[in-house]
Amino acid sequence: MNNKLYGNLIFELSHPGTCGYSLPNNRFPHHEVPAEMRRANDAELPECDEMTVVRHYTNHSANNFGVNNGFYPLGSCTMKYNPVINEEVAMMPQFQNLHPLQPDYTCQGALEVYYNLQKALCELTGLAEFTINPCAGAHGELTGLMAIRSYHQARGDHKRVKVIVPDSAHGTNPASAAVCGLEIVEVKSTANGLVDVEDLKPLLGDDIAAMMMTNPNTLGLFEKEIPEIAELVHACGGLMYYDGANLNPMLGASRPGDMGFDVMHINLHKTFSTPHGGGGPGSGPVGVRADMVQFLPKPTVKKLDDGSFTLVNDLQDGTYDVTRNHIGAFLGNFAVILRAYTYILTLGRENIKMVGPLATLNANYIKESLKDVYELPIPGVCKHEFVFDGLKDKSTDVTTMDVAKRLLDYGYHAPTIYFPLLFHQSLMIEPTENESKQTIDGFIEVMRKIADEAKNTPELVKTAPHNAPITRVDDVLAAMHPITTYRMIVNDDKQ
Amino acid sequence: MAYKYFPHTEADIQAMLARIGVTSLDELFSDVPECIRFRKEYDLPEAKSELEIRELFARLAGSNKQLTCFAGAGVYDHYTPAVIPSIVERSEFLTSYTPYQAEISQGTLHYIFEFQSMMAELTGMAISNASMYDGTTATAEAVLMANAAAKKANKVLVSSTIDPRTLNVILTYAHFHGVEIELINAVDGATDLNDMQARLDAGGVAGVVMQQPNRYGVVEDFTGVADACHAKKAMFVINSVAADLALLRTPGEWGADIAVGDVQSLGVPMSFGGPYAGYMCCTEKLIRKLPGRIVGRTKDTEGRRCFVLTLQAREQHIRREKATSNICSNQSLMALWVTIYMSLMGKQGVKDAAQLSYDGAHYLQEQLLATGRFTATFSRPFFNEFCVDFNGDVDALQKHLIDNGVLGGVKVDANTIMFAVTERRSKEEIDRLVELIKQF
Repeated sequence: MNNKLYGNLIFELSHPGTCGYSLPNNRFPHHEVPAEMRRANDAELPECDEMTVVRHYTNHSANNFGVNNGFYPLGSCTMKYNPVINEEVAMMPQFQNLHPLQPDYTCQGALEVYYNLQKALCELTGLAEFTINPCAGAHGELTGLMAIRSYHQARGDHKRVKVIVPDSAHGTNPASAAVCGLEIVEVKSTANGLVDVEDLKPLLGDDIAAMMMTNPNTLGLFEKEIPEIAELVHACGGLMYYDGANLNPMLGASRPGDMGFDVMHINLHKTFSTPHGGGGPGSGPVGVRADMVQFLPKPTVKKLDDGSFTLVNDLQDGTYDVTRNHIGAFLGNFAVILRAYTYILTLGRENIKMVGPLATLNANYIKESLKDVYELPIPGVCKHEFVFDGLKDKSTDVTTMDVAKRLLDYGYHAPTIYFPLLFHQSLMIEPTENESKQTIDGFIEVMRKIADEAKNTPELVKTAPHNAPITRVDDVLAAMHPITTYRMIVNDDKQ
Repeated sequence: MAYKYFPHTEADIQAMLARIGVTSLDELFSDVPECIRFRKEYDLPEAKSELEIRELFARLAGSNKQLTCFAGAGVYDHYTPAVIPSIVERSEFLTSYTPYQAEISQGTLHYIFEFQSMMAELTGMAISNASMYDGTTATAEAVLMANAAAKKANKVLVSSTIDPRTLNVILTYAHFHGVEIELINAVDGATDLNDMQARLDAGGVAGVVMQQPNRYGVVEDFTGVADACHAKKAMFVINSVAADLALLRTPGEWGADIAVGDVQSLGVPMSFGGPYAGYMCCTEKLIRKLPGRIVGRTKDTEGRRCFVLTLQAREQHIRREKATSNICSNQSLMALWVTIYMSLMGKQGVKDAAQLSYDGAHYLQEQLLATGRFTATFSRPFFNEFCVDFNGDVDALQKHLIDNGVLGGVKVDANTIMFAVTERRSKEEIDRLVELIKQF
């Protein structure tokens, strides 16, 4: 990272009179936008030559850290390697140039990819049908919950307005349920970090629409009572929703459909290696069991008897209002779908089953190698991730935040911190199957070193990072006095 | 056997298992009840080499017909400068995640701040968030936002001239969230403002949603709409095609409270429907009601200006069911894409591209009307997209055009076609389209 090049906004490099584009000459007769429809003043966008723009963003990129820069053990985010060949496929002009409203017979290749990925996801999860329209995990959750509400409403069962969510759940679970118009009921975890079945039982009744679960849960623990939980929820007439954020360790081990889940989403940007892109685009396919297929959003892709593919926009049987069944304009983030399909084909059936075991091996190896210096609240085997509750030595006042920031100095991304909320100093570590023993040994060594530093030179840890492009940021200032555009900076500096 | 994405040797695996204190990988799953273990082979193809992957996708890509695009309806074939993919594919951007660790994410945080600044400029609004999934969901979120801000009202009026796909998404979200949606009638392809006023007068309205240019390409006149809404304490939401705002009167100038839409028109490839990105802008006083990520300015401990995710108390990871939305991942990389686009095009370039599209569309309309086979569907101003009625078989015409390598607009009604033109369409391409129609 080049710290010297830190800092400017593109607006501050603007040099009026220069430009960074070329367009064909305008050879059409001129038409003027009617005066009453024209904007009064130009949008104040920067004016820069092409190289200035290229350097600016290249230097911005140097102040970033991605999976390609180093180990990225961000828990619950599954920061796996994003293969280069996937990018090549996603950028093929014969896909990029397709308009989403082209007739079926002119985009058979694209439809085939969508259809085949739907089918592959069914096989990998044990569910009957998938939509790949949702653009992200939370979008998938909302889509899945809509399917659940529709299912109950179509049966004339309007009492089911509650969703059970474990206290360890991702924040998106209750938030998605709320957007979907459902009430949230929280179920507690036991001291072992698993859903408390005894606490669950009294919550069940004829007002329960569904229970949302992540399995393994956000502590990285497999909810081994899942067959019983699914049976209990089904017995009260509710459905089981699987949050696929933690699906990675289940590849080659267990399928959500077999566990008793009726509806689920997958994060293609986690389990199926599509890049996180600084926060998106992701993709959140939703799968359902056979009798819920009609509640998946449209459009979808079907294969016809002659082997060709067709886009289906209408509902086949007309029993359900089509206007309640759209969560986006077209087929979702298609270029992300291309990447995920490439990944699945590259792995193939013989390698895909090794993903879960190797990710799980890596996580357990780190956990066992560090549990003497970091507090492991729940012992035993974990899946793809686990949570420490800060440093074991509580005599220092070095926090999880400090440990995270110090890791940046050593060239690692920090784990997820202060989540899940079950512990005060949560430090959630997820190495993926792509990380080698050497990389992980290096990480373990550094984590141990930071534990030593916390004891011997705590100030060094508490003031970290020291080698990043900037030092620790003031979150409070940003929130107290929100400045969120360049125009606001200019106005603020004037005062 | 070694595999390119797995770095473990058999010796590594054994050493790691020994440290853990188990004897096999299988034992790591001893907590998974046997009745739900997956012990079969996945019914999937065998692994493909990179060479085979390239061959397969060459075949799949080749079975898509490459057409000269005159279709729009929300997705436009604008030009992508070469610089953009070369920077967006830089793995420091591509392979990073949401910038939670601000100290090593200033690259992402800077461009999001620039994106917010540019979208605020383009829309004439004070505030922008860091992106939404697409224009349709951004509009649906605006409906929920307006509804949440209203004290008692639980109804949102939506113009029937809004894009039908956007309308479907609004109806879907509103149905499940419990918001009533009422459609405002149209006259001659534009919102009937008298009908809007009557519906506002009926009371209980939290917001009014309109689109510019609308689903027929018509540029609507929103004079008086904001005042009419605000008199009834309803929010005015405008969905706009982002690129057109280089020239068009902005949502800010029309008095909108919330401006939403899709940024695809700012140089993002059509890519069969995505990824694009939604934008969502609002007035300053609504900032704490806005969904999604927001990046703000702050300082580090040495006083250097830097950027950080802010006002997170609105978001799901803090507020859970009380959050303004459930959105977590957004379309960050596409925000980078359009930020570079707007940096390259700059103040003048976005206007030049818009004017080229505008002039090309008006030229095409004149040429089509001159054939005597088309009549203008509406007598309203348009931007780079317009509807015409054809005095023949629309389906057969479009088939004829595709046979000749041209995607001839979008059919919007039995006799009506909507054509779109961008700066990518040359005069020769337009003349050829007209010639092909004359031959038909």
